[in-house]
Amino acid sequence: MVDAPTPTSPLAGQTHLPRANGPVGVTIAERVFAGMLVLRGNAIDPAFIAAAHGALGFDLPLIANTATSAGSNGALWLGPDEWLVVTAPDDAMARAVGLKVALVGLHAAVTDIGDSRTIIRLSGPKARDVLAKGCPLDLHPRTFGPGRAAQSLIARAGVIIHQLDDIPSYDIYILASFAAYLWNWLTDAGLEYGIVPGAKL
Amino acid sequence: MLLITCPWCGPRAEIEFQYGGEAHIARPADPVALDDAAWADHLFMRKNPKGKHRERWMHRSGCRRWFNMERDTISHEITAVYRIGTTVPGKEGT
Repeated sequence: MVDAPTPTSPLAGQTHLPRANGPVGVTIAERVFAGMLVLRGNAIDPAFIAAAHGALGFDLPLIANTATSAGSNGALWLGPDEWLVVTAPDDAMARAVGLKVALVGLHAAVTDIGDSRTIIRLSGPKARDVLAKGCPLDLHPRTFGPGRAAQSLIARAGVIIHQLDDIPSYDIYILASFAAYLWNWLTDAGLEYGIVPGAKL
Repeated sequence: MLLITCPWCGPRAEIEFQYGGEAHIARPADPVALDDAAWADHLFMRKNPKGKHRERWMHRSGCRRWFNMERDTISHEITAVYRIGTTVPGKEGT
């Protein structure tokens, strides 16, 4: 009998940060083990949209570069027929089953990708300045505010960025094998803004 | 750095995109009927114009969709961006 494997964060042990040398401008923390599903389907098929809404309890974002959410669940627009559904830890399997049942007979796909990425949350009045150092997106509030989400690059690493609020806070979805690199890059980029570890998520 | 307007995501930096070569190259309807020279012509020979060029691009670090673009190879001016399966706006049938 093999013991059930214990999940390990790709950022386990990446908590060392130099003490801020002045006011704290930004915090960094890992949102660990969130469930993630890739949902694909025809956005202009009302049956698909209705079935997804029924299974999720909220609408899929149909406008490019936006996200919708309800409580700890959310959906991010990834492409014209592709979304990332984010769930609480341990809820991904139930969500996937719910979606698959609701989408029977439709041209759609649900794939659990939760273990491929982790989430780094950057929050604070200087969070935008830290991102702007390595991200080609226009992060100005007039084009990228709360509820916006986009796939892009930070320091050449592929990421999904989701702005949560006006603080501003960002959830940055990063592939597990790039997570330590991006964490180190962000903490280095945040040094001048007084970066410290954030509250556990 | 070019600012490329992805037909799905909007304006993004060139670093997010992948160049995919000349657009609108139709695969021969009956490949078996081609001789080697004609097949090589289809596979390898490209226009390489000095001026307006219609080419394929892919939003690699974004929505990962292929699309077409008309770009001037001298000035890099982008004169049209349009989805796969459509023609250059205003130049239908060409």
